[in-house]
Amino acid sequence: MFEITDQPICPETLVTAVSRSSSGAIATFLGVVREQTRGRRVLHLEYEAYGEMAIPKMREIADEIRGKWEVAEIAIVHRVGRLEIGEASVAIAVSAPHRHQALAACAYAIDRLKETVPVWKKEVWTDGEEWVGPASCEHA
Amino acid sequence: MRVRVRCFAAAREIVGAGELIVELPEGSTLNQLLEQIRGRFPKLDRLSGSLLLSVNREYAPGERKLAAEDEVALIPPVSGGADV
Repeated sequence: MFEITDQPICPETLVTAVSRSSSGAIATFLGVVREQTRGRRVLHLEYEAYGEMAIPKMREIADEIRGKWEVAEIAIVHRVGRLEIGEASVAIAVSAPHRHQALAACAYAIDRLKETVPVWKKEVWTDGEEWVGPASCEHA
Repeated sequence: MRVRVRCFAAAREIVGAGELIVELPEGSTLNQLLEQIRGRFPKLDRLSGSLLLSVNREYAPGERKLAAEDEVALIPPVSGGADV
C-alpha cells in the first residue's frame, strides 16, 4: 500500500494492509503537525507532492527494506493539502516475523522518505509563510 | 524539441505555474534547460544550490541529454514526513 492522499490518514487502514498470519510484529510510525517549529508558532501546514514520482520512490524504499531485513509487508501513506496541528502527515506500517526487523525497517522508511520522496511542506505562521527544506529543518 | 517541465513548491511559486512547455535545440542537456528557465525566472537562483532535477520521474544529473517529450521536474529540497 503506497499512497498520496488529500484525506485524513487512518493508521488502522495501514495496519490492516500489512497484517499477515506469519507476522509477529507490526511497527507503525505517524508524523504529525507540531505547533512550534524553530521558535515560531505554526498556524497550519500545506503539503504538496509530485505524486507520479513519489509513489515509485516509496516502492523503491520498500525494495531497499526487503534487501536489508526480513519483513512481510510495508505500507506508506503521505497526506497532501492543508493540515492542522495534531493531524498526521505521514504514516508507515511494517510487518515482520519479529519486532527487531519491523522496528528497524520502519525507522529506515521514514528516514529515506525524507531524503528521496518528492513531497514538500509549507509552514504558515502568524506572520508569514515559507517552504521548508532539510537545510532549514534542524530536526529533519 | 519540446520538453514538459513540472514545477513544485517554491519553484512553482517563483515560476507562477505548475508546468512549463520549453522549446530546446535537439541534444540539449538538463543544465542547458535549467539555464534557459533561470533566464526567464531569475528568482530561481535562490534555490539553485539545492534544486534537484528529475527526468521522467527519476533523479538525473545536469549532464543528462534530453529527448523530445521528456518530463522534467524542478525539485526543491524535499521535506516530507514530519520534523521528528
